[in-house]
Amino acid sequence: MKGLTIENISMRFDLANGESIQALKDVSLDIKEGQIISVLGPSGCGKTTLLNIIAGFLAPTAGRVNLNDRTVTGPDAERGMVFQQGALFEWMNVRSNVAFGPRMKGMPKSEQDKKVQHLLEVVGLGGFEDKAVYELSGGMQQRVALARCLANDPDVILMDEPLGALDALTREKMQGLVLKLWKETGKTIILITHSVEEAILLGERLLVLAPRPGRIHKEYQLPYAEMGVTMDLREVKKTQGYTETREEILAMIWDMEEEIMGGVGEG
Amino acid sequence: MTILLIYIAIFVGAFFVIKSIEKFKTKETDFTSLKTVTFGDESAVISNRAASFISVLAIFMIWGAFTGSKLMPLHVPGPFIGDLSFTYTATNAAGETDDALVKVVVYDSKSDKVLPKPDIEPGPGFAKNDSASIAAWRSGLIKVRRNDVGYGENGYKVVSIDGQSISPSSEIFIDNARIYMTAKGTLSLTPDKGWQMESLYLPPPEDVWSRLIKVASEGYKNFSLFEHLGWSLLRVVGGFLAGALVGIPLGYSMGLSGWFRGWFDPIVEFMRPVPPLALIPLVIIWFGIDEEGKIILLFLASLWIMTISARAGVSGVTISKIHAAYSLGASKWQIMRHVIIPNSLPEIFTGARVAMGVCWGTVVAAELVAAQKGAGMMIINASKFQMTDLVILGIVLIGVIGYSIDILMRISEKYLVPWKGK
Repeated sequence: MKGLTIENISMRFDLANGESIQALKDVSLDIKEGQIISVLGPSGCGKTTLLNIIAGFLAPTAGRVNLNDRTVTGPDAERGMVFQQGALFEWMNVRSNVAFGPRMKGMPKSEQDKKVQHLLEVVGLGGFEDKAVYELSGGMQQRVALARCLANDPDVILMDEPLGALDALTREKMQGLVLKLWKETGKTIILITHSVEEAILLGERLLVLAPRPGRIHKEYQLPYAEMGVTMDLREVKKTQGYTETREEILAMIWDMEEEIMGGVGEG
Repeated sequence: MTILLIYIAIFVGAFFVIKSIEKFKTKETDFTSLKTVTFGDESAVISNRAASFISVLAIFMIWGAFTGSKLMPLHVPGPFIGDLSFTYTATNAAGETDDALVKVVVYDSKSDKVLPKPDIEPGPGFAKNDSASIAAWRSGLIKVRRNDVGYGENGYKVVSIDGQSISPSSEIFIDNARIYMTAKGTLSLTPDKGWQMESLYLPPPEDVWSRLIKVASEGYKNFSLFEHLGWSLLRVVGGFLAGALVGIPLGYSMGLSGWFRGWFDPIVEFMRPVPPLALIPLVIIWFGIDEEGKIILLFLASLWIMTISARAGVSGVTISKIHAAYSLGASKWQIMRHVIIPNSLPEIFTGARVAMGVCWGTVVAAELVAAQKGAGMMIINASKFQMTDLVILGIVLIGVIGYSIDILMRISEKYLVPWKGK
C-alpha cells in the first residue's frame, strides 16, 4: 500500500535524575500519498519527537512506522526534511546546496544543474545559483531548503517549523509557496508548527496533540489548504468557518497550556 | 619614569593636535560617523590611523632621542665628554695646607680610542697636580695623594675639593661630575652620565640597522641570517604540520567516537595545560638537542591545540545539518567529507593560528636553550658577546615573522573559509 502508516508508536525514556518521560503514547495514523498534514500542540507534546521518529532519527520504544509497506529503520532519502533554520551548508553556494542529494547519489553534473535551475525557478530564486547561502535573507534560505529537499524527489517531506523564524509577511508568502509546491509535486507533507493559523491554512488534516503523554487529541479535516492553492491566503481567512475553527483550536491549546502551567505551580 | 612621562605627554599631546586638525577636515558622512552613541558601541570604534602612525613614530623618536641617534635631531642630554678640572686641598702632618689641580679628560667610549692622561706640571707645594682619563659613562679612581710629598705620614689627608669639604665615604658634586671619597680616602670621579642610554644597554636605531646589513651580508656564527630565520621557520612548520597531521584526525575521532573520546580525554586534558617550555628538558634528555628534539617539542606544542580545535569543530556541527544530510541520502563517509570536515574548518583555522603562535614562541625558547642555528640561538649568543644591537635586531625580526605568520593565516582563512562567523 502506498502511503505512510504509523502504528501504535510509544516513546518513553529515562532521565538522568531517575524520572522517565512518556513522550508519546499509542500514536497511530494513516497518511495517504499526497496528503498535507499539519501537527499542532503545546510545547512538550512530542510533535518534534514524532517527526524525528518518522524521519528515522529516533527509534520508538513500541510500534513502527511504515512507508510504502517498508518499516522505517533510519534516515533515508525517501523521507526529506526541512528544518527551521541553520540546516543549509554555509560552505556551499546555493547550487551545491540544492544539488546535494542528487550529487550524493552520483547523478551526472549536467542533470544536477538542470534540476537545480528548474527547482530554483519553482521556489522563486532563479538566478541565485552562485550566491553564498549566508548572503541570503531568512526567507530565501528557507526557499533554498525547500528546493534542496525537492531535489531528492522524496516520497514524504517532513517540515519541522520551517517558517517559524520568519517575519509575518515573508511567512505568509512562504505558506503560499508550500501549498503551491504541495499541489505541483503531489508530495506527502507533514508539517509541524506552533502557529494555529498556519496549521489551519496548510493542513488538509490537522492533528492536535496533547501532552503528558503525547497523544493525538483531536483531528480536523479542513478545506482551506485546497482553497489556498487557487486563492489568496488572506481571502481564505475570510471564508465561512475559518475564524470559528481557529478560535476552537486556540481555546483547546490554551486549556492544555494552562493545565501544564498549573501542574508546574502545584509542584 | 621620565620616559613614561614623556610617552604619556606625546600620547595626550598628539591626541589634541590631531583632534584639532580633524575639526577643519570635511566631515565624513558614512553611516558610522552619524552614530551619536559611540561609547560602548564597539562597531563604532574605528582605529585612528593617525594615532597608529604617531604611535610607531613616537617609539622610534624616544628610542632615538635617548640613545643619541644620528637620525634624530633632538636628543636628551648625553654623557659629559671633554675636559674638566678641580682643585683639591690637602693638609699634611705638619698642619700645613696646600692646593693642587687635577685635570681629567672624559672621552667617548664609543670611539675605541682611549685618550691618554693629559700632561700636567707637578706644580709647587707638597700637594702635586694630577691628571686622569676616564671613559664616558664610567667612573675612575684618581689617586691624587700618591705623588704628594708627605703622603702616608700620619695626619696627611685631602680635606676639600673646589672649596667643598670632603671626608671618607662621602660625595660632593663639581661641574659635570660627582666625586666620591672612598673609605680609604681615594677619590672616585664619575662624569655626568646625562639621560641617554649607553649603547651596551640600548643601541640607537641606526646601529641595529647597520647590524642588520652586516649580519644579512656576512651571516652570524657560520650561518647566514636567512639560514638562522629559515631554520626556525622550518622547525615551526615541520612541528606544526606533524601536530596537525596527528591532532586533527585524533580530534575528529574524539568528536565522533565515545571510545576515542574516553581514551584520549584524560591525556589531552592533562597535556593541554602543560606549557611546552616545561617539556624542553625532557625532550632534550630523550631526543638530544638536534633537529629531532625540536621538531618533537613543536609537535607536542601544536598537537593538543589542534586536537582540541578539531574536536570542537566536530561538536560544533548543528545537529540539523547532520540530520538534513542523512535525510538527503548521504552516507557516513559523505557526511564526514561534505559536512563535518568543512563545518569544522573555521575552528581548525582558529586552532592553527593559536598553534602557529605557540610554536613560534616555543621554537625561539628551545633555541635559546640549545641550538647551532636559529633566531633564538642568534640572540642568546649575541647577548653573551654583549652585542645588544643584534639582540634587539633578533627580537624585532622574531616579532615581524610572528606577525607575518598571523597575517598569512588570517588571509588564507578569509580565502578558504569565507563563511566563518556568518
